Amino acid sequence: MNIAVTELRRRPSRFVTTTVILTLLATLLMLLGGLLDGLIAGSTGAINAQRADVFVYGATAERSIPRSRIAPENRTTIEGVDGVEEVGGIGVVQLGARVPGNAARDLAPVALFGYQLSPEGVPAPPEAGTAYADRTLEANGVAVGETLQVGPARTQVKVVGWVDGLAYAGQGTLWASTDTWRTATAANRPDAVVGAEDFQALLVRAGSGVDATELARRIDRSTDGATDSLALAAAVEAIPGVTEQRSTFNQIIGVTIVIAVVVVALFFALLTVERTALYGVLKAIGATSGRLFRGVLLQAVVVTAIAATVGAVIAVGLDLLIPPGSIPFTLEPARVVSSVAFLLVAAVIGCAFSLRRVLRIDPASAIGSST
Amino acid sequence: MITTDSTGDSSPALQLDGVRKTYEVGGEEVIALDHASLTLDRGEIVTLLGPSGSGKTTLCSIAGGLLSATEGKVVVGGEDISTYGSKQLSRFRQETVGFVFQAVNLVPFLTARENLLVVDEMGRRTGRAARDRADQLLEELGLADRAKNLPGQLSGGQRQRVAIGRALMNEPDLVLFDEPTSALDTEIGAQVMVLIQSEMNRRGTAAIIVTHDERITHYADRTVHITDGLLEA
Repeated sequence: MNIAVTELRRRPSRFVTTTVILTLLATLLMLLGGLLDGLIAGSTGAINAQRADVFVYGATAERSIPRSRIAPENRTTIEGVDGVEEVGGIGVVQLGARVPGNAARDLAPVALFGYQLSPEGVPAPPEAGTAYADRTLEANGVAVGETLQVGPARTQVKVVGWVDGLAYAGQGTLWASTDTWRTATAANRPDAVVGAEDFQALLVRAGSGVDATELARRIDRSTDGATDSLALAAAVEAIPGVTEQRSTFNQIIGVTIVIAVVVVALFFALLTVERTALYGVLKAIGATSGRLFRGVLLQAVVVTAIAATVGAVIAVGLDLLIPPGSIPFTLEPARVVSSVAFLLVAAVIGCAFSLRRVLRIDPASAIGSST
Repeated sequence: MITTDSTGDSSPALQLDGVRKTYEVGGEEVIALDHASLTLDRGEIVTLLGPSGSGKTTLCSIAGGLLSATEGKVVVGGEDISTYGSKQLSRFRQETVGFVFQAVNLVPFLTARENLLVVDEMGRRTGRAARDRADQLLEELGLADRAKNLPGQLSGGQRQRVAIGRALMNEPDLVLFDEPTSALDTEIGAQVMVLIQSEMNRRGTAAIIVTHDERITHYADRTVHITDGLLEA
């Protein structure tokens, strides 16, 4: 028999309010986390999925792919840098696409990539005039086998397959050969045309055991500062808005966790005050403060674990119900686990505020006034 | 009356020797207990009679290891607890004394049997042996058929009997009763006192019964009066 567990079983109604509040907080925490991950994935998926170690921009591009230009002579120089194993060009043009069956003005925003090195989950570049589509475009009515009309020039691009998790700047992406990308750019964005041998950026695969950050420095030195190279993880963080989104959401998540601490602290402090006489009796018959506090802690952890589990089920349910591409929401198992862990830590911290009260309960109070 | 416990120990159940307890209130020393000396033999029942604020609760708290004496010697069941710290006193209370409180104070969400087992959970956790002892005590106290009842489903007298069972769970050398009949009517109070008397005598367990009701003194072997912290035999 454990008194704390027995109380939870026999008096569940006492803990319902706190469990409900903590469940709402757990759900909120996981929704916020899922939205953050969804937004970040929507902004960074295309870069994150690159099977490369270093991302090379033009020096004046301010780490923006559309602004960046890499001349062929710089590519040749980079290919000769010690530690570089493979180099591939990449470019992107952001356009509106007419989807068969959609209204004339109902354009799907797409980012059409031309690539040489395949990202994770993307086959080798398809033949000219075709592309693989990121599955988020399904929400815009895109289907495999359909031909999209891209940009004001209505360049035809046939979708030949789906790829997953490759959104860019909040848009669905099309993955095509560099010829298709150059053709679409020239036809629709003459202001942004890239030279026949130029690329907007380069992806570099490093040799085994080569440090990516160090290799990025060597590349920039080799081009006399004509390039701005970043290790892939840094390139992901350098995407405009990513740091700001992460920081904003993390602050909201932090406040939610603080609220959970306050809820647990207040509830168990009140419960401890209510139990002062009972704890006095239990101390009189030999219970130590540590033993009583462990009971409070156990109750807080069990209540929080139940709330976190229900919150996780709700969040997973929402994740399954939300159609891909409609809301930027991605619930990763790591996010669920970390949210549960944060809440359990919040429960322990919140509970710690009751420790002083438990310590101060005088066993002599059980037998009347001590004077 | 001198008896021995089951281990053959013939030391007194309680020996208070020149015990003094003072408090500081508003910078002034208040004497709650003034050089009290009292010896209880094993199996002896003593009523401690005195008006409110006379120091009887303080004496009881010191004898039960709930309070430490300012000076003097406190020996319970042969164990000198005068210099014990809070952890040692917790262990001492788990193993050596039993309490029956004025307000009964059973754990409201535990059954009668579980209220007895609380003593084991807070102490040595003997498991099976504790469960057997709880069943035996409930049987002896006439509560076997109430073992699964919550305190709220028991009468005042039955609750007090459960509290007595709880006080006897750890086979104590000394049981301290704090106004055990004050919450009961006269008839039930008398029944409880008869039960206390017979249970203490049968086990050879010493008891101090704190009261200000002179009617219950005839259930004890002797009565000690206390006034303004001073004991009068």
